[in-house]
Amino acid sequence: MSFSWMAWTLPTAIFFLTILALLIGMSVWEYFSPGGAPRTGILRFESTRGDRLFISLLGAAFIHLAWLGLVGPNLWWALALAVVYAVGVFRFV
Amino acid sequence: MNKTWNNKAWFLVLPVLLLVAFSAAIPLMTVVNYSVQDTFGNNEFFWAGTDWFDEILHSPRFWEALQRNLLFSFIILALEIPLGIFIALNMPKKGLGVPVCLVLMALPLLIPWNVVGTIWQVFGRVDIGLLGRVLASLGFDYNYVRDPIDAWITVIVMDVWHWTSLVVLLCYAGLVSIPDAYYQAAKIDGASRWSVFRYIQLPKMNRVLLIAVLLRFMDSFMIYTEPFVVTGGGPGNSTTFLSIDLVKMAIGQFDLGPAAAMSIVYFLIILLMSWIFYTVMTSSDADS
Repeated sequence: MSFSWMAWTLPTAIFFLTILALLIGMSVWEYFSPGGAPRTGILRFESTRGDRLFISLLGAAFIHLAWLGLVGPNLWWALALAVVYAVGVFRFV
Repeated sequence: MNKTWNNKAWFLVLPVLLLVAFSAAIPLMTVVNYSVQDTFGNNEFFWAGTDWFDEILHSPRFWEALQRNLLFSFIILALEIPLGIFIALNMPKKGLGVPVCLVLMALPLLIPWNVVGTIWQVFGRVDIGLLGRVLASLGFDYNYVRDPIDAWITVIVMDVWHWTSLVVLLCYAGLVSIPDAYYQAAKIDGASRWSVFRYIQLPKMNRVLLIAVLLRFMDSFMIYTEPFVVTGGGPGNSTTFLSIDLVKMAIGQFDLGPAAAMSIVYFLIILLMSWIFYTVMTSSDADS
């Protein structure tokens, strides 16, 4: 079966493999160190580890879009900002 | 007590996983792949990087369509949610009126979207449509083909006619599930009609209202068929919503790369708005 119609490229494959690795990593983390029960952070709503991953990924997408729209096409700084944002979300939200 | 570890139940989830993979995950991955490439057909692709995203984010056409979409969804929610609650509150709770009202409410939901568009396209026409002729005979200069305000009013009224019943049915389901004891207690306390609504009916409808708001927001934000059939996105671009613009770009112009990039931005906005609605409404529910 050919998947050429999906027009895979190396960067997009790495992108999806990273998300898959994050999901697997979260499962392993929860298995060995359970602690994914809801908690209330600075935003005053309950979130689990999965919720925080979702917020991090969604926020990262918008950080990259905003960087692209407002600054320029060099997205490495946007990636760094997204990582800092994700750490903040997992720590405080 | 010993817990039984049986992971065979995971196989029951497998059909859903396969369905989601083929209906959502694989198409989404393909769109992401297209969004960073250019193609002229024949399964040949050329790397474009973030060019299409850059083009979309700096396109006035995209931002204007997004503003129209947000305004449309805001108007739809502001009209359909209160109207749906009002109708549900006034529907009979017992007797022959219940099935009659339920069938009447369900009727618009059973009509396919393109048929709804066709009905309103004919209904609003000044030359042959009942609505258009009546308004013209009353002295209103109504013409949805020529006037952007008339086109907006027609599309909004059509959507309200089509989808308010969904809100009504959801609210009605929430209302009939409230035990009589609540109303009896309110009566003993001498509660006013407003107090009964504010402190009994509205909190009990919270869950169904969340579903109604989410469904109506997502659906109105993704609306395509009805306005496309009635106005074709016109006059000018006045009713060109994101979905109509997207189809023009992808199918009309065969610009698959920019269309894919626009799809992803569109998807992210829907995801963000739905998450905000869900979080705010579930948090307020937990607080109450």
